[in-house]
Amino acid sequence: MESTAPPPDAAGPPPGATRSTVTLHVNGVPHRLTLDHRTTALDALRNHLGLTGTKKGCDHGQCGACTVLVDGRRANSCLLLAVTLDGSALTTVEGLADAEGLHPLQTAFVERDAFQCGYCTPGQLCSAAGVLQEAADGHPCHVTPDTAQPGAPVELTAEEIRERMSGNLCRCGAYPRIVEAIGDATAHPAAPPVPHAVHGLGAVSVHERREAAS
Amino acid sequence: MSHDPQPVPPKAPGHPLGAASARREGRAKVTGAARYAAEHAPPHRVHAWPVPATVARGRITAVDTADALALPGVHAVLTHENAPRLEQAEDPAVAVLQGPAVPHRGWYVALAVADSLETARAAAEAVRVTYDAEEYDVTLTADHPDRYLPKEVNGGHPGTRERGDFDAAYAGALVTVDATYTLTALHNHPMEPHASTAWWDGGHLTVHDSSQGSTKARDDLAALFGRDRRDVTVVAEHIGGGFGSKGTLRPQAVLAAMAAQVTGRPVTLALPRREMPAVVGHRAPTLQRVRLGAGADGVLTALAHEVVTHTSTVKEFVEQAAVPARVMYTSPHSRTVHRVVALDVPSPSWMRAPGEAPGMYALESAMDELAVLLDLDPVELRLRNEPATEPDSGRPFSSRGLARALREGADRFGWRPRDPRPGVRREGDLLLGTGVAAATYPVLIFPSSAEAFAAPDGGFRIRINATDLGTGARTVLGQIAAEVLGAPEERVRVEIGRSDLPDAFLAGGSSGTGSWGWAVHKACSALKAELSRRQEPLPQEGVTVSADTREEIAAGTPYARHAFGAHFAEVQVDTVTGEIRVRRMLGMFAAGRILNPRTARSQFIGGMTMGIGMALTEHSTMDPVVGGFAERDLASYHLPVCADVHTIEAHWLDEDDPHLNPMGSKGIGEIGIVGAAAAVGNAVHHALGVRLRTLPLTPDAVLPHLP
Repeated sequence: MESTAPPPDAAGPPPGATRSTVTLHVNGVPHRLTLDHRTTALDALRNHLGLTGTKKGCDHGQCGACTVLVDGRRANSCLLLAVTLDGSALTTVEGLADAEGLHPLQTAFVERDAFQCGYCTPGQLCSAAGVLQEAADGHPCHVTPDTAQPGAPVELTAEEIRERMSGNLCRCGAYPRIVEAIGDATAHPAAPPVPHAVHGLGAVSVHERREAAS
Repeated sequence: MSHDPQPVPPKAPGHPLGAASARREGRAKVTGAARYAAEHAPPHRVHAWPVPATVARGRITAVDTADALALPGVHAVLTHENAPRLEQAEDPAVAVLQGPAVPHRGWYVALAVADSLETARAAAEAVRVTYDAEEYDVTLTADHPDRYLPKEVNGGHPGTRERGDFDAAYAGALVTVDATYTLTALHNHPMEPHASTAWWDGGHLTVHDSSQGSTKARDDLAALFGRDRRDVTVVAEHIGGGFGSKGTLRPQAVLAAMAAQVTGRPVTLALPRREMPAVVGHRAPTLQRVRLGAGADGVLTALAHEVVTHTSTVKEFVEQAAVPARVMYTSPHSRTVHRVVALDVPSPSWMRAPGEAPGMYALESAMDELAVLLDLDPVELRLRNEPATEPDSGRPFSSRGLARALREGADRFGWRPRDPRPGVRREGDLLLGTGVAAATYPVLIFPSSAEAFAAPDGGFRIRINATDLGTGARTVLGQIAAEVLGAPEERVRVEIGRSDLPDAFLAGGSSGTGSWGWAVHKACSALKAELSRRQEPLPQEGVTVSADTREEIAAGTPYARHAFGAHFAEVQVDTVTGEIRVRRMLGMFAAGRILNPRTARSQFIGGMTMGIGMALTEHSTMDPVVGGFAERDLASYHLPVCADVHTIEAHWLDEDDPHLNPMGSKGIGEIGIVGAAAAVGNAVHHALGVRLRTLPLTPDAVLPHLP
């Protein structure tokens, strides 16, 4: 029967004008990879690390199927060149669940039937995890009332969820169930923040990185 | 929003059929463990990238692959000069790299194969193709000189049907509607681009393909490569949507198999999103003239539905948009006609509810126009035109739930009281309106075979080459088996999605559950009988029973069998920006017995959502200057997004129809889109007071008509 090949990144020419060696911390595990400069984070995950949970829908940042968390923030991994992410922490759908079981978002997606074909689902889940954090951090969106206290946690109403999730296309039309599922996870008392600790380097939070950059 | 009080409705113990069972592959899909066609990486796999034609029509005069082949890591560049020769293709659209002719822009002319995806793409870009460009015509017009009357249209329906004397009846009608509706081409755009991973092992070809039916894909690949079907295996375990565009073989499977043959390596080819509109099929544009004649009571005396559409020069595919007019309403005098023009355009194909989706947009919009003329409630108008038998065939309906769906849907939606006056409901800058439209979709059932196995430990296994492209096929087949066997669902394993399983029809025409379910039902019934006959314990190897439904389906039916439904929509039109938004939408369906309310609801709502896209955002045009579709990506072809789908509900009637299959089910995958766009368009007329007959209703189309 078919077996899945080991990561092929050892093959090919050494680092130089067309390839560089970087360390990506994916779901808490450091991976040292020598990658073609043209390789996107999405293709690095799928073709070099065998993490095919992250999907390629358009490769142009138009559909959101490739959404992952980069240092805790949502990003279209098809628009990021992997060699620019040296030292970054990536969370993919494979990293949402902990050893105990499913992330509350994953449980809610199953219970609400918030998908059909499942191809956009990993991106929806990572995007939703990002939304939970953004709302907790007080990031407003287009539909957040002007009267909202700056920086205060935003309540994720159905309208807030619909707006914040509109970068993730679902051709099966599971949107109403996706909104319900994210609502369920919001209400879940044990909804854990998505881990973005970098193993071996200590915890890196979004805020610390922002300060370090300024 | 239809917030269910509880996310998991309670299951009736002991009755798996009708239970809201969760998807069997749910956990695999939410954890990323489910692998789709491009995600199988056998050792030494390489990647392919296609080269599309850049002329609208012509012949390749030269292909220079030297620069591409010089790139480190490139294994091969396939062109029409060196690609393996294929046997005659049943579908000429998959006969790729077989000659120099370019029938349309985007037709594949070469394929680069390399160690990495990046190198394959660079190699594809380095291929230099020289063409002898020819005159071309990509523009569909209602009076195109090359239009002709096709004998048959998609689905095997006759192209033209005449009943009574339409012209005389229409001329004598008290009230008439004569309106032409225009729909642009539409694209399926499943979230998973069409992909294949193929390899040859000795003389055996294995392909992981994003296919809606791997039995048919296997047979077609075997025929193309001149092999026995036993020498080909096609696997389609998880498919990221298809909506018809993965119905039969598509070029990616043929190209990947060719490249694997040439390189001796496993090859993955995932089509670039921007190239899909040219090579995977599309819903052809339609220009639809509908003429209705009625008396003062609204009862139709004359009905004509005339459709002009395009096909490609590669093959004839005629969108059967006038066919639903043969089913829907009583009318003693009727004409339904298709005319088609073969243009230098990509080949059209199936897209969710081919025929019904565009046809019912036109017919149901025209019915609304008639209701407005007569000052009659549009629900009432439809009730007055309920036929006693199927109008075109005269056959009795096995069941026809349209009237009940209209009445009960209207009640649930809060249709009444309704002020029929258009353009009078204001809320600040917004104009509000409501609309209704009917839906119909035929009950299609095709022969399939299945195997049921009982293990000595009390477990069961069902094997059938069904396909689950997001519909929940695995889950519902397990429910059917469990129901027949009297076993808990978790004791029934379901194996689907491989061509070495018992042959089954593809996932299309909303036929899956009826066709596969019948075979599973039959196999399980036989297994149950076999088990009850046995006195002694089961042997070590268990007991296996096979069944197929060829005889049952060949026996046919004297009935006209269709699902029906009614859509209700409330819209707002922004009088400053012209933006239309659907505030709420409700679908009420009569589709036989619903076997799994959880997955069924998702299918209905998914179809309705695609209908919102058809009404408001999805738009594709042939570029008249260079050929090919202008809107090729998801930034220019707008699928509905989460914020576009506000409150949307699907409900259904309990329908007990004994003339379908042992489960009593009708198909539900497509009816959700049928009529949905008309309901939205009719609501827009009610809000705005202006009838817009060209979809989609984007702000630029609305702006000139604002008060």
